[in-house]
Formats: sequence, C-alpha cells, structure tokens
Amino acid sequence: MQLEQMYQEIILDHYRSPHGSGLKDPFDAESQQINPTCGDEITLRVKLDDAGEKVLDVSHETLGCSISQASASVLTDLVIGQTVEESMTILAAFQEMAQGRGKVEPDEEVLGDAVAFAGVAKYPARVKCALLGWMAFKDAVVRVQDGKGANA
Amino acid sequence: MTTAQAPAGAGLAGLDPAVLRPDFAILSRTVRDGRPLVYLDSGATSQRPRQVLDAEREFLEQHNSAVHRGAHQLAEEATDAYESARSRIAAFVGADPDELVFVKNATEGINLVAYAMSNSSIRTGLGPESERFVLGPGDEIVVTELEHHANLVPWQELCRRTGATLRWYPVTDEGRIDVDALELSERTKVVAFAHQSNVLGSVAPVQELVRRARAVGALVLLDACQSVPHLPVDLRALDVDFAVFSGHKMLGPSGVGVLYGRTELLEAMPPFLTGGSMIELVRMEGSTYAPPPQRFEAGVPMTSQAVGLGAAVDYLTALGMENVHAHEMALTKVALDTLREVPGVRIIGPDSLESRGGTVAFVVDGVHAHDVGQVLDDRGIAVRVGHHCAWPLHRRFGVAATVRASFHVYTTVDEVAQLADGVRAAQEFFGTGL
Repeated sequence: MQLEQMYQEIILDHYRSPHGSGLKDPFDAESQQINPTCGDEITLRVKLDDAGEKVLDVSHETLGCSISQASASVLTDLVIGQTVEESMTILAAFQEMAQGRGKVEPDEEVLGDAVAFAGVAKYPARVKCALLGWMAFKDAVVRVQDGKGANA
Repeated sequence: MTTAQAPAGAGLAGLDPAVLRPDFAILSRTVRDGRPLVYLDSGATSQRPRQVLDAEREFLEQHNSAVHRGAHQLAEEATDAYESARSRIAAFVGADPDELVFVKNATEGINLVAYAMSNSSIRTGLGPESERFVLGPGDEIVVTELEHHANLVPWQELCRRTGATLRWYPVTDEGRIDVDALELSERTKVVAFAHQSNVLGSVAPVQELVRRARAVGALVLLDACQSVPHLPVDLRALDVDFAVFSGHKMLGPSGVGVLYGRTELLEAMPPFLTGGSMIELVRMEGSTYAPPPQRFEAGVPMTSQAVGLGAAVDYLTALGMENVHAHEMALTKVALDTLREVPGVRIIGPDSLESRGGTVAFVVDGVHAHDVGQVLDDRGIAVRVGHHCAWPLHRRFGVAATVRASFHVYTTVDEVAQLADGVRAAQEFFGTGL
C-alpha cells in the first residue's frame, strides 16, 4: 500500500500533536499563506534575536490537512535555535526534496525528521501542502529583515 | 457527414452503465498499483465516449479546414460540420442555432456577457440598442453565495469597472438559495445564478428567481454547467436571457463551451473579442460587425471540439436526458444512504433527493478533505477535494474544504458504494473512526 510511504509515522505523530501550534507573543513578524487550490491557511510568527541572526521562536496556526500541519510542526523543531542562515539552508533542502518528484535523495543530516516528507514529493498535488509552512517562515524572516514587522 | 454511432444502451428503458462503459476506454484502466479506476469526479470533467473521439478524428482526417472562410470543398465541409454541431446542440437545449455562441468554456461565456455590458457602459456599444446593457453607480448585479468563481469574479470585476454594486442571495443551512433574504430593486440589472450547485448538487428554483428578476426588469444569466450535462434542460422554457455551459462536463471535448443568448439581446450586444470573422465591413478608420453569433466568434474557432460536442449531444440524446437524470438520482440515493451511515460524516448540502442533482459534498470529522481524498485515491477512487472554485460557499458552511463525489452516465452503484468504505478506511488510517 502506497499510503504509508506518504503518511509516515513521523508525519502522523506531528499531525496528531503538532509542535509550535498556537500563535505566541512576542514576535517580530507574521506571515499568512494560503493554498488557493484548497483554501488551507497558515499564520506563522517568527521571533529572532536582537541581532536578527538567530531564530528564537516560531509559532503557527494551521488550518489544513495532515501534511501541512505536520510540515509546520517539523519546521519549528528544525529551525528554532538555528541561525537564520542555517534555517534557510534547511528550507532550501526541504524545498528541493519536496519539489523533486521523489528523485531527490534527502540529506538526513540537514533535514532530520523532515526526510519523512520525501514520500509526499511523489504526489505533486500535495507538494504545496508540505511547503505552505516553509513559505510562511521564509516570508516572515524576510519581513523581519525588511523591517516590515507584523503585517501579514 | 457521417452520423455518430449511437451508444449501445440507447433506446433501452432506463440506463445501464454496464452497457455504456465499453464506450469509455479510460474507465478500464488501473491507477495506483493496479487498482481499477473509480471515477467520481465528473463534475470537474467528464470522460468522453469513443463516439465523441471518433467524431473528432473523422473530422480532422476528412474535413479539417478553417470554418467560415475559403470556398474550397474542405472549407465547405468544415463549415457544415461546425454549423451542424451548433444546430444539434441548440436543439438539445431548446434554442435556435443563432442563439448559440461557441466559446472556449462557460467562463469565457460569462466574461463575454460581462464585457459586452462593460463596453456598453463606456459607450463603446453598437449604438442606442446597447443602452440597455449600460451599468453605472447605483445599479446592481445580483448573484448567489453558492456560485462557482466563474459566475462571481467576472461580476465583481464588472462592478469594479462600472461602479455598480454586487449583491447576493445567501444560502440556507440546507444549501438552497434563500430567495426571500434579498429584495431585488429597480436598479437590479442582472441576476446570475447556477442552475445546479457544483458543490452541493442543489438545483435552483429557476422559475421563482426568473419571476423576481422579470418583475424588476433585470436580465437573467443561468450558469448551466452542472445542469445541461445531467438534466433535461429547455432554456426557452426556463425563460432565461443568457445561459452558459462547457463541453468537457457533458462527455464532450475541452476547449469548447456555449453561450446562449436570446436573439434580441445578442443582436443588441457589442462584441467582446474582436478581429477576424466577426466583422461586416472593415476600413482603416473603423469597422462594423457581423450579426450574432458570428459577432462573438472572433478568429478561427475551435472546430473539431465543436464537432465533438455535437457528437456528445447525440450520445446524450440517444440515451435520453430523463434517463440520465434518473440514473444519477439513483446513484445519489446510494451515496447519501451509505455516507449517512458513517459516523463522523456530514453531508454539506441537501440530504435528500428533492431538487438536486448527482453531486454530493461532505466533510469527515477529524480528517481533512485532502487526506480523505488521498486515502480514496490510494483505493483507485478519484474525487475532488478542496473548495471546488466555490470558496465563499465553503466559508458559509464554516469549512475550508470538502470532499465531492460527482457522477455521470457511466458511474455504477458499486462504484458509489465504494465511497463510504473508503471514508471508513480514511477514518481508520487517521485514527478517528468510531
């Protein structure tokens, strides 16, 4: 059965008890992303350190499928405590895997639990679900750097 | 011209999908590791029988040429084939051939009407006869909360361009248009609504909505995308001013749709797209336009697609639209009865067979529609998940997404029954089953 390839146990665990769920204060920037094909929504907040170099906190509220919720949950585990630069490296690796149609061998060193999403890459319609939180994170970080702050 | 071969089930009392299915080669393929395809997404696009594909191929192999230009034999044959398709499609919906404009799809048909009004409003209409399409601040366009984006966004844009106001009938908890919740006014110029909801399957009270629109002198546009493929539809009897439908939802090709307009209205409407074929006289200083429907068919039109749609109409006519509808109602009953028995499933829309068609939308507690769809897909069952281009309607019901199963002539009771089993499997997989 192919379902288990996509919905690996790690994904289902994150879906059932998502990390970083519930919007938190304080935060430096917030981003709202919508998947126009299905109406799923994520609002994600980012708090960086004073120098703007380290990710101190990420929180989110996700209205969406198991893939989008689990992906946002894994994201918080992976990027909190990393430098912004490191987080962008992880993001790039995640994006490459997710958009790789199952042909990209994920680097577990960089992606950790997120390698579980490799199976999602074989389902093009679900790639956007997996990327929704990551796009919100990227946008929020850019907003902090651009000084645009909390406007979604 | 060869006449398309009638479907095997034609002429039988009722409709037996088992007899028709060999006409639809795609239905015998397998998906996802060898599972038989269970196609329950005909509301998005229907499958095409061999008779339609054969008609397209025969046209392309024997008659292909640009229509309405040229005087050689192929040009004559192509034009005959194209106009013959128009006539048969017109008869199918109770209209005259000259009242049918071939467009790319229903979306383009609605935009054509909206832009004809827009052009009239900036006084680039034909002349005094186009004044009736003029809109300005204070005028109203009325739609409903259950519209497909195709019958909403073009009107929003028309309002933006003209300063008119968009208003809408709300939808009841049962998924019906709440006709008493909005009063039309003398300023209401257009009332546009779906004959059958593409999500809920509910069929609109056309007669009542038309009566109210007529009472204030408003024009009525009917989005017939989900009705013409599934029910007997007589546009003249419905007394609407405009109607649109798409070929690919009625066993025909994509890339072809139809705008119906009453002759008197089409004659007074300025064009939307301009260019070749739609002209009467062209000088460097300006041009005059051909009478309808040519006025609205600029450029070399889709031809094999129109021929294919003609064959699709022949196919449906041979089956009998009463039979098609009865068949889909029987399937809908099975869908509603079996889904209702699954704890945690909530039907969005009418939970009865009254004034509805063969489209069933639902949500499953604790399992997102995408995830339900994925489990169904794993079992070979193709459904639509998401908002189905009716986002405001989903917001109305407080859900981001629904699962939608939709049927056609080839859908079997056994296929529909697999739906509820698949939903139970999804609940089990995500640990939400009761």
